[in-house]
Amino acid sequence: MREAMDPWIFVAASYAIGIAATVTMVAWSLLSMKRAEKRRDEARKR
Amino acid sequence: MHGFANPARFLRIARWLMPLCMGVGILVAGAALAWGLFEAPAERLQGETVRIVYLHVPAAWLGMAGWMGIAVASFMQIVWRHPLAGIAARACAVPGAVFTAVCLVTGSLWGRPAWGTWWVWDGRLTSMLVLLFLYFGWMALSQASEASDGGQSSAPAIFGLVGAVNIPIIHYSVTWWNSLHQPPSITMGKSAMSGAFLWPLLFAMLGFTLIFAGVVLARMRAILADQQAEARLRRKALAAGDL
Repeated sequence: MREAMDPWIFVAASYAIGIAATVTMVAWSLLSMKRAEKRRDEARKR
Repeated sequence: MHGFANPARFLRIARWLMPLCMGVGILVAGAALAWGLFEAPAERLQGETVRIVYLHVPAAWLGMAGWMGIAVASFMQIVWRHPLAGIAARACAVPGAVFTAVCLVTGSLWGRPAWGTWWVWDGRLTSMLVLLFLYFGWMALSQASEASDGGQSSAPAIFGLVGAVNIPIIHYSVTWWNSLHQPPSITMGKSAMSGAFLWPLLFAMLGFTLIFAGVVLARMRAILADQQAEARLRRKALAAGDL
């Protein structure tokens, strides 16, 4: 007999993973950009 | 296109375009996901699990679009020696790999209730996994090239062009080989999907594409700023007689 699966577990897991990956990627790219531009500006000032 | 190859002009455009892409993309993708999760109907055969489509399809599209971005930038780097082409290719790699991984994971989470298995070694799933490995290989090669000759080598560009052969394989895999994966529901100019599923999906694709563009622009700005800082520090060190 096939066990019934709750589809919402799979939907919620997909959304959690997809959103977490996207948010992390956006935050990381913005932070790296800010850090790199700050480093460039400091190098210009020196 | 050639006009954008000037780093100063690119930075002027990227300064306003990057936050615009990210802001609008986050709003549109967020609204589309909420639409897909709470408003769109369940599907007759697949039930509630069909809601995974609003993440899975944009991730698949952007995984492939990321590599096409690498291939186009590689072509421009080899043919026209555009100063920004190599930077654009490097900027596309990480978001492309992230979306490919999201596509594989959400596909697996969809496959378990829909097909009764997490994974099958069929054409579509395997070629998508190969794409993820191609991204890893490309990033490793690009980093090695950056460390050894400052990114002057053409090896990553050639790899980027050769790897593009996998894109039509992914696209046509479901028609060439027997597969558990369904054939394409959306093709140029027509769709097998009802509007109730299609519209939130199109908005999700638009929103995630804008986020992808924003991330690529932010990464290009970061790589350019790193290169400019390195060049300035090197010039100062040379002038001071340290090197």
